[in-house]
Amino acid sequence: MARKITFSQAINEALSQEMARDETVIVMGEDNAGGAGSPGEQDAWGGVLGVTKGLFHKYPGRVLDTPLSEGGYIGAAVGAAACGMRPVAELMFIDFMGVCFDQIFNQAAKFRYMFGGKAVTPVVIRAMQGAGLRAAAQHSQMLTSLFTHIPGLKVVCPSTPYDAKGLLIQAIRDNDPVIFCEHKLLYSREGDVPEESYAIPFGEANVVREGGDATIVTYGRMVHYATEAAEKLVKDGIEAEVIDLRTTSPLDEETILESAGRTGRVVVVDEANPRCSIATDISALIAQRAFHSLKAPIEMVTAPHTPTPFAGVLEDMYIPSAQQIADAVLKVRG
Amino acid sequence: MPIHMITMPKWGLSMEQGQVNGWLKATGDKVAKGDEILDVETDKISSGVECAFDGILRRQIAQEGETLPVGALVAVVADAETPDAEIDAGVEAFQRDFVPASAEAGESGPQPEKAQIGGRTVRYLKLGDGGTPALLIHGFGGDLNNWLFNHADLAAHRTVWALDLPGHGESGKAVESGSAQELADAVIAFMDDRGIERAHLIGHSMGSLVAMTVANKGPTRVASLSLISAAGLGKEINGAYINGFTEGSNRNALRPQLAKLFADPALVTRQLVEDIVRYKRLEGVQDALRKIAASAFEGDVQRAGYRDRIAELAPRTLVIWGAQDQIIPASHAQDLPGDVRVHVLEGKGHMVQMEAASEVNRLLNDFLGR
Repeated sequence: MARKITFSQAINEALSQEMARDETVIVMGEDNAGGAGSPGEQDAWGGVLGVTKGLFHKYPGRVLDTPLSEGGYIGAAVGAAACGMRPVAELMFIDFMGVCFDQIFNQAAKFRYMFGGKAVTPVVIRAMQGAGLRAAAQHSQMLTSLFTHIPGLKVVCPSTPYDAKGLLIQAIRDNDPVIFCEHKLLYSREGDVPEESYAIPFGEANVVREGGDATIVTYGRMVHYATEAAEKLVKDGIEAEVIDLRTTSPLDEETILESAGRTGRVVVVDEANPRCSIATDISALIAQRAFHSLKAPIEMVTAPHTPTPFAGVLEDMYIPSAQQIADAVLKVRG
Repeated sequence: MPIHMITMPKWGLSMEQGQVNGWLKATGDKVAKGDEILDVETDKISSGVECAFDGILRRQIAQEGETLPVGALVAVVADAETPDAEIDAGVEAFQRDFVPASAEAGESGPQPEKAQIGGRTVRYLKLGDGGTPALLIHGFGGDLNNWLFNHADLAAHRTVWALDLPGHGESGKAVESGSAQELADAVIAFMDDRGIERAHLIGHSMGSLVAMTVANKGPTRVASLSLISAAGLGKEINGAYINGFTEGSNRNALRPQLAKLFADPALVTRQLVEDIVRYKRLEGVQDALRKIAASAFEGDVQRAGYRDRIAELAPRTLVIWGAQDQIIPASHAQDLPGDVRVHVLEGKGHMVQMEAASEVNRLLNDFLGR
């Protein structure tokens, strides 16, 4: 029986097993070793929330501290990947990606295409995202959709410790740049994880719960709220299917369309802001390809079109809730 | 006559709760020991709950569709004369004192263990105590959880071991040729390591072929053979299933394969499929399964078997089959030579030990001696 470990331990284990298996795998980021070459190095913090703790001593010379300069070290990671390494760069908060968009959008994502398939860029950029930590507007965004928009990038959003380990192993082995989005409120979540190594293929959604009355499509932390909502709805005699996308690029269109086609009633749940989001993308896909199966308009449950508020009471209102999801399912049920 | 409380059973180590799918007996019906009185679905599988007493079903406590923790009261059986007031008082007392076991407490029971044997990790689970031990050997692509409904029941009368074969479950995944000989050697090494001198071997499907191979190699180690839906007793096997299971990697590919394992495909739950998908993702599994399959089977044909020699392999032999087996035809149970006890269960499929657990347990316990 697989033992229970946390989401952050699962990420740590994936890194450790891949570092043991392949010496080109390196970890770089802020405070991963505890201070750029300073005596503090021995503290080996393992990043701001300690996710990579223990790797510094286990794999000497392969856990690198970087200056507080995302533009610099993400560029370095992309360059190292193009030269044969498999770097896993930790970029604290996804909100800081803005300062290295050129390295990601114009360089990493384009090499394979602009060099006629002769160059690959097996870099993984891990970053925390999501609201709920009272960390205010610059540390709480869900930016999955920005990266999903760019061809050449793969985008992963695990919801469980099991998925976190298997998807990160796949991400490290993948020859394309992968943006690996970790919801900060999932780090302490526990789940069954095999000790052995395993990879979860990209583009394979997980049907977390089966049901024939409605389809809830979501990803990341919202998977748990959607499941909670679906459990509540059983009392009303409604069996809702819950689909966890796992990866937004590539996207498992087949699973979404099969389920939507069967239930004809769809709720898309996205913790991100509503415009040009994963929610609108999935809704468009279904409207275009499963329109004649729909028995009610598609409902979207998302954060409002506003930055994440700092006030706790407002932040709680900002994040979609299980109740809102359940209400949306009741609405599409008519 | 006392009042008997029927509670939510615990099937396998991970079960914490079960959902009541439907009642098979109505209030006021006469029930006998062994009758199934309601259907319960867990996240792994659904099955009937057996009544352990003779009497009248006096109360249906659990509602259809309700999910209850393991140990919760589902029904009351008593004789017709027991006054209603006495039953109500019994129910009230039970409900007042009932504390659902927490997930942590559930894990304090017997857990599978791991041993390093001959440079390979072997996972096993030991239940029960005393008597001539029995050893459960699962089939191709299975693991010790295939005995979920059987293990504890058989262990009421003796020590019962179950192991994960090489390449399976949580045992080491590396195999050399993957032949039945290699797997049988691993079973013998396990018996040596655990100090099991002689055991009743109970095999399912390919596990039966392995059990017969063990008996062939070390006749003194085998007290009896119980062969369920056995490989190794005939020529035919469903090659499309073996190939589909080996090569399938996601739920859409595996679900139709797994449905072939049961006479009632509705028994294949989301969780059952998910467990297999997770197993298939583990590093080394596909490679091991390919080797094992290639060694034992060629298309729709089993390469080797012991049909002609079955009666000589062990002092006593029992054969159990589901009549609707879609993997290995139940006709292999017909006309076996020698004094072999054969039971073919109507309306059941390849996983007959799950699909007709109570009956299979009864047959095994009768055969092994209580």
